[in-house]
Amino acid sequence: MLILSCPNCGELKDETELSAGGEAHLTRFGPGSSDSDFEGYLFNRENPKGVHFERWRCSSGCGKWFHAARCTATNEVFGTYSAQVTEPPQEIRDVVSAKRPGWTWRDLS
Amino acid sequence: MSTRLAQGGRFIDRSSKLNFSFNGRKLAGYSGDTLASALLANDQMLMGRSFKYHRPRSVVTSDASEPNALFNLGREGSFEPNARGTMTELFGGLSAESQNHFPSLEFDVGAINAKLSRFLPAGFYYKMFIHPRPFWKHIYEPFIRKSAGLGRAPKARDESTYEHFYAFCDLLVVGGGVAGLQAALTAGRAGKDVLLLEQTENWGGRAPVDDIEIDGKPAGDWVDAAVAELASMPNVKTRLRTMGAGVYDHGYVLGYERLTDHSSGAGPRHRLWRIRAGHIVTATGAIERPLSFAGNDVPGVVLASAVRDYVVNWGVSLGDRTVVVTNNDDAYRTAIALKRAGVEVPLILDARAAGGGVLAEEAKALGIRVENGKGIAEVKGGKRVSGVAICAQAGEGATLEEIACDVVAMSGGWSPVVHLWSHCGGKLTWDADAVMFKPDPEKGPIGADGTSFVSTAGAASGVLSTADVLADATGKAGGGDVPSASDPEMAAIEPVWMMPQGASYELRSKAWLDFQNDVKVSDVQLAAQEGFESVEHAKRYTTLGMATDQGKLSNINGLSVLSNALGSDIPQVGTTTFRPPYTPISMGAIAGEARGEIFQPLRKTPMHGWHEENGAHWEPVGHWRRPYTFLLEGETVEEAVSREVKNTRQALGFLDASTLGKIIVKGPDAGKFLDMMYTNMMSNLKPGRCRYGLMCTENGFLTDDGVVARIDDDTWLCHTTSGGADHIHQHMEEWLQTEWWDWKVFTANVTEQYAQIAVVGPNARKVLEKLGGMDVSAEALPFMGWADGALAGIKVRAYRISFSGELSYEIAVPAAQGRALWDALHEAGEEFGAMPYGTEALHIMRAEKGFIMIGDETDGTVIPQDLGLHWAISRKKEDFLGKRAQARSFMDNPDRWQLVGLETLDGSVIPDGAYAVADGVNANGQRNVQGRVTSTYHSPTLNRGIAMGLVHNGPDRMGEVVTFPKVGGGEVKAKIVSPVFYDPEGEKQNV
Amino acid sequence: MSERVFEGAATVRQLPQRGMITVRGDMTDLAKAVKVPAQGTVAGNVAWMSPDELLVMCPHEEVGAQIDALRAKLIGTHHLVEDVSDARAIFEISDGETLAKLCPVDVARMEPGRFRRTRLAQIACAFWKKEDGSFELVCFSSVADYAWGVLSNAAATPVAHFSG
Repeated sequence: MLILSCPNCGELKDETELSAGGEAHLTRFGPGSSDSDFEGYLFNRENPKGVHFERWRCSSGCGKWFHAARCTATNEVFGTYSAQVTEPPQEIRDVVSAKRPGWTWRDLS
Repeated sequence: MSTRLAQGGRFIDRSSKLNFSFNGRKLAGYSGDTLASALLANDQMLMGRSFKYHRPRSVVTSDASEPNALFNLGREGSFEPNARGTMTELFGGLSAESQNHFPSLEFDVGAINAKLSRFLPAGFYYKMFIHPRPFWKHIYEPFIRKSAGLGRAPKARDESTYEHFYAFCDLLVVGGGVAGLQAALTAGRAGKDVLLLEQTENWGGRAPVDDIEIDGKPAGDWVDAAVAELASMPNVKTRLRTMGAGVYDHGYVLGYERLTDHSSGAGPRHRLWRIRAGHIVTATGAIERPLSFAGNDVPGVVLASAVRDYVVNWGVSLGDRTVVVTNNDDAYRTAIALKRAGVEVPLILDARAAGGGVLAEEAKALGIRVENGKGIAEVKGGKRVSGVAICAQAGEGATLEEIACDVVAMSGGWSPVVHLWSHCGGKLTWDADAVMFKPDPEKGPIGADGTSFVSTAGAASGVLSTADVLADATGKAGGGDVPSASDPEMAAIEPVWMMPQGASYELRSKAWLDFQNDVKVSDVQLAAQEGFESVEHAKRYTTLGMATDQGKLSNINGLSVLSNALGSDIPQVGTTTFRPPYTPISMGAIAGEARGEIFQPLRKTPMHGWHEENGAHWEPVGHWRRPYTFLLEGETVEEAVSREVKNTRQALGFLDASTLGKIIVKGPDAGKFLDMMYTNMMSNLKPGRCRYGLMCTENGFLTDDGVVARIDDDTWLCHTTSGGADHIHQHMEEWLQTEWWDWKVFTANVTEQYAQIAVVGPNARKVLEKLGGMDVSAEALPFMGWADGALAGIKVRAYRISFSGELSYEIAVPAAQGRALWDALHEAGEEFGAMPYGTEALHIMRAEKGFIMIGDETDGTVIPQDLGLHWAISRKKEDFLGKRAQARSFMDNPDRWQLVGLETLDGSVIPDGAYAVADGVNANGQRNVQGRVTSTYHSPTLNRGIAMGLVHNGPDRMGEVVTFPKVGGGEVKAKIVSPVFYDPEGEKQNV
Repeated sequence: MSERVFEGAATVRQLPQRGMITVRGDMTDLAKAVKVPAQGTVAGNVAWMSPDELLVMCPHEEVGAQIDALRAKLIGTHHLVEDVSDARAIFEISDGETLAKLCPVDVARMEPGRFRRTRLAQIACAFWKKEDGSFELVCFSSVADYAWGVLSNAAATPVAHFSG
């Protein structure tokens, strides 16, 4: 039963007010893309024990999507941030680096 | 005999007598009694039977850890099985029955199992019931089913009500003993918002029983002062009768409050507290461990602390002569308390060769005989203790002496209650000196900020002297003044996992670990011998700790026996996992208010009340209730549906289509956006016109459909399926917020703002013209057009769209006026033969026309191309959701099953979900299949069975006959035809 | 929607229909048309719904004129103004404990003017605290009977936690 702070409305939201949206920062591959790029976009996901970046929606709330950086092993939350970015912002990555030195996620570290 | 003493009893009010019944017998107790203390006061020592051997059982404890004293409480709608008598407050009229016996508590035929115990060893389920195979169904399973369970399942509907409550605090303190009170005082004085929970009806825990002084006054007085100070703090809230049931991520805690179990009061029975705490202090105390000696399950063998509780708290003596057996000093308190209460204590057996400390001296000074290095070889007696055989602890059990007694007060030491600490990942460490697993403060459960969000305080931390308890609690709550406390100096405990240490097999097979599930020392040793080395495996093999008490008394003793048998250290064997709830909570509390009328939300259209009054036979559609059909008097459902179809096709029908999803999409980029959402082009739709559109997922599968209307230059209105409104709106928002966030598009879900009425049939135009107010002629409002206007003086928007193949208008009107327009239509339509119709007539009419239905023709694996909807898939567009997916080789494949119509040769209806078989069998020996039915109805219009289905190469096989086997035998043959059964030229809708 | 009253430990009242208008746009644009309240609050007749959405309330008979006025003021901006009056039901609840039985929200620490979107048992809702300590709550009109059912059920008995 997590609590996440929605960066869009500023509310501390109970997990029952939120909807989980899976892995963050996927790149969409559309018509003309290779089979392997499209497969990766649609089906292949990270399954880390540790640092993870994921999508959430403030569903019983402002209705907006946001991103969360969370440790899947301990549920420590490193921060939440805008859905309108293609990778975690530097200040979030700094927090993760401070708390989990040597972390990696996809090609980020 | 057990009896009420003439004096004493902190909790009872002797002026308030309460009558209750046990197994039909009328008994009396006092206000403040528990069911257990009241039964003991009435010399009712025998309280139940054990699970496996049906051994006689009585209380072992006085608290939540009780494994034995389980009862069926109440009757009918207030029936509750497996209630612990130690936690059940007595009230006038309480009715209790003992459990797990047949035919009576005193004489039980199942007790023969005990005589057969050497044939029912650990894992007997797995060993005994394998062969011969037929025995399983006819002998073993019925036997196990009859034996299984302790209490009966309630038969009547629960008449109580329940509720939830969301509470928030800076600090949650669980446990209202001196540690919890001190933690709450400390944090409260520091100004924190504190919530303090205590599972029983009394504050103070064990300290007042143990004759402790705090700040120079009796512990009970200190407790009263603490409670008074807490009550004076506006930032501190306290709750009695509320158990901390479980700790979950990020400071979430479930509290279980029993509101009316102790009375016949009104209001909810239980309240489930859903608490978010900044930090949690668990001051949950410790549980005393039994000792493992032969006959330790005989009624009258009770934990030493419980014997003391019954005397001090309830003025109840369990027997005339109590032998105390211990490996630690605390049990001497029991002997002293009994002696002071005038109860005889003939002997204290201290398993430690060196014996006890100052308390032992005090006991001796009171004239009690103390034997060091001695233990119990065996308890004498069947349904009641009659004496003990004494032996050397260091030996093999040779009897040195027999002593007559009717109570044995045992203590094997104390285990901190670490459950709440452990629920969310708090780790334990083995303290060999204190002989206990205790919380490792360095490894607490991790919260959102990466630090531990739970602390333990007092005995729950593994400190047992009151001074240490108070210091620990003060520190854990943020620090402050620590009250002083007087504690006698305690001699060290010594581990005793078997008594005597070299007990023979015969003795070990009578030494109980788990009293409720009948697991003995010999069973755990057998499990170890058979290779069950993991404590989790041994638990499941022997059922140790798997009863309703979840092994509160047996876990530590059991794993110690296991580690000895395996020759490994206790910490290496470890504990089983602690899972919530701490003790069982009611299903009603979990459900809360959700029952009856408010079990789940029921969505109602503005015309819902009319439908109710006019014979609606309901169908659930999502959370909506829609009329399936409207029954006239004497009609069957089939007859009504048939009438509605015919009437609509021949005269005039009205459908409440308000549930249809309606989403406004507006902005400079709205056209571009809708071109991505739909497979066909929406950007080039002209204002005033409508277009049918398909939506696919990014994986290519058809997910929703509906008519899109262009309202003005930058505004579209998208109709979705009734079930799809919310998730299609969310689907749009998701793409706008997370992929194309620079596109200028706003959406609004206005589904409920408008009631929508389909006016359908040859007379549709006539009734609208009669209402008057707008031009609904074919010229002014052609097929697939829409217009704003008024009807009967009500502002409306009329869409010229048809889902039935008839002349049809869908009239949207602000919801508050939906009923008025509906009524006006019925009144005006009477002369044109107007009737309402329901969803089934809607479905049949669309199937007659070959229109697909999301959820019938689609199931998440169907693409539009499978349904012959190529015409609705744009070739011009570079991109839309699902386009890339549909280009994959297995999507663009002629072998996919495709939509056709199916006309049965004999006119019958193909069963729903039937498969068309092909020649041969597959690898599993099943018939090969070549298609399946997706929609199947009796068509009242054609008076025959019609169906749609997906068939291999279907569109190329027109006229071929395929076979559909029926469940239970027989088959239906059907000819492959066009899915459009009715008016293939579309002449009727376009007039 | 019918007006109705339940009186128990707390009082629940379903209020007559109120004009409600969804206004979406960039907040700097919307400021041209209405006084934009602070995030998470309601000020006057305007509630903050999300970073690009406000809820404007008015007497029901004034909705049409209000919408026209709002649209006129927002000409030239990317915006959406829609009447949602008929899609909403509105309730007044005299005591926060009733809401705390149904909403995962720290109702006790809400200040007057605070506006919170959340769930009411199993449905979406928004509620706000008024100056007199009572609350107003809106939900979808299709589930007005459900909202009434859970609110009146919860209002029947006290918890005695906020004041106790």
